[in-house]
Amino acid sequence: MLRGSTLVRHGLVFLGLTVVLLLLTSFVFDAYTNYNVTEVAILAISAAGLTVLTGINGQVSLGHGALMMIGAYTTSVLLTWHPDLPLILMLVASIATTGIAGAIVGIAGARLRGPYLAGATLALAVALPQVPSHFASIFGGNQGLSVPTPTPPPFLGANFTQEEWLAWIALAAGVITFFVLANLVRGATGRRFRMVRDNEVAARLAGVDVARTQILAYVISAACAGLAGSLFAYWVTRTSPSGFTLNLSLSLLTAIVIGGLGSLVGAVVGSFILVYLPVWTGGFASSLNLSSNVANNVPLAIYGIVLIVAILVFPRGIAGGFASILRGATRVLGPSRRSPALPTAPETPSQ
Amino acid sequence: MSAQTPDETPVVLEVTGIDVHFEGVIALDGVSLTVRANQIVGVIGPNGAGKTTLFNAVSRFVTPAAGTITYHGHSLLDLPTWRLAHLGIARTLQGLGLWPTLTVLENVIAGAPSRTPLAADMLAFPSADRRTRTLREEAMANLVELGVADRAGAYPGALPHGVQKRVIIARALMARPSLLLLDEPASGLSATDVNQLIELLGSLRSRMAIALVEHHVDMVMAVSDTITVLNLGQVIASGPPEAIRANSEVANAYLGQTVAHA
Repeated sequence: MLRGSTLVRHGLVFLGLTVVLLLLTSFVFDAYTNYNVTEVAILAISAAGLTVLTGINGQVSLGHGALMMIGAYTTSVLLTWHPDLPLILMLVASIATTGIAGAIVGIAGARLRGPYLAGATLALAVALPQVPSHFASIFGGNQGLSVPTPTPPPFLGANFTQEEWLAWIALAAGVITFFVLANLVRGATGRRFRMVRDNEVAARLAGVDVARTQILAYVISAACAGLAGSLFAYWVTRTSPSGFTLNLSLSLLTAIVIGGLGSLVGAVVGSFILVYLPVWTGGFASSLNLSSNVANNVPLAIYGIVLIVAILVFPRGIAGGFASILRGATRVLGPSRRSPALPTAPETPSQ
Repeated sequence: MSAQTPDETPVVLEVTGIDVHFEGVIALDGVSLTVRANQIVGVIGPNGAGKTTLFNAVSRFVTPAAGTITYHGHSLLDLPTWRLAHLGIARTLQGLGLWPTLTVLENVIAGAPSRTPLAADMLAFPSADRRTRTLREEAMANLVELGVADRAGAYPGALPHGVQKRVIIARALMARPSLLLLDEPASGLSATDVNQLIELLGSLRSRMAIALVEHHVDMVMAVSDTITVLNLGQVIASGPPEAIRANSEVANAYLGQTVAHA
């Protein structure tokens, strides 16, 4: 009974993951690593939401940075009004406002397909960062709003740093998000998302309300972006329009494509690359003693090369590529009694 | 084929005098069709006669300009397509419409009009697990009935056409239909497969009403209790297979053409 339970199985996996991650941040990582790991967790939350929307439900969003912005500003504005509000309340409020925004985008999205939806969400990504400068009294204009770094509760001891605490919060939020999304993707809801992605006509005939399913995918995806946005505000400590340019939306989309479209693990891999590639290539570039205007562009060039190579070598993304290698290895090493895993990328839809 | 007295079983689907126009082109003109419980109704006609359009009107993909469509006495015209499966109307598609990224078993499970609550799904409640298990067992039973249970773990793209055709019927049965609409179930099948299909439909009729659109005239003649012949959007004949075979207008409009094609 217990062994067959998804709740117990997923619950134990994710609980173990949480413990390992929290121990790593406190005993292995230095402050700089914790700072980077926090960013990976934040981007992974947002990218995972985008994976559900784009990879699993087949709706493109070029505006996920804008949705993160809604989450970040919800937290920042509320903290400006009431600096003492607890962090958990900020996270929940940001999820709620962004989820509502996602429902609105989703209702429009349910009527738009492919390039039209991409265009509409692109407009959102471009237009939303203009809003704060028009309502400067609320949103602080281009300067933005400052956000206090959360302080760790006293029982964790005097040596427990703010970086550690924020890393704990971001990682815990990330693990919970992935737990929920993994259950969802695996269950009936995830199946409906894929049915709509691959063949809308057949999905309707099988009793799926396509519009409702697409809106639901948008709300879930936006809620993740809202949570990520709220954490992002705490991480940057200042929320301003410049943090949520089109670049952020495109980076998220790049992350899920490199990582493996439709794979939650891919969202983590992609976010990791997004954060660490510039760190590593930056170190590499400065070791070459190049002039600064060349050295500054080396990370960007390498990022482009990695993107191209990743897509050429792993058409299903890095996570998808490793999954195939693993499957190949298990086939060579011995027969597997497990049913074949789902492919991680959508194939050509029929009809 | 008239095992029961089909004229006395309740009417499941009643289409009366529907007109469907596509930007001035008349696709259906005053078409009527009655399907009773435990009855198999065949719809035949040359290409472009409006057979699939008739199914599309019943499936609510197109809305007729005039006429009524009722199911167990209730109008379908106010309902969206997706509601029909929940009411027990299942339909297969001519183009198969299997989901390429789902396994055969998952494709069949997907045919069950499911409503797992979102929260149960997200938090992996035991109720969601139980429902998955039940659906899995039912889907396997359907695959066994269709004789393709050994392909449950395969992806549809890798399967022969005949197997895919069986999978889509297994999927349609997941809705536990009281009305099964089959769009060209025999197309592309071998003679052996067609015979097995005829046998299958014969066994399914005790559980449901079946309407099928088909080019394979011999197959339709063999399984149907009544046949409706469409030509250029109009019903040109309707009746038992023997009467249709003897009808000279049908022979001119349709059967002659089939011979010409063959």
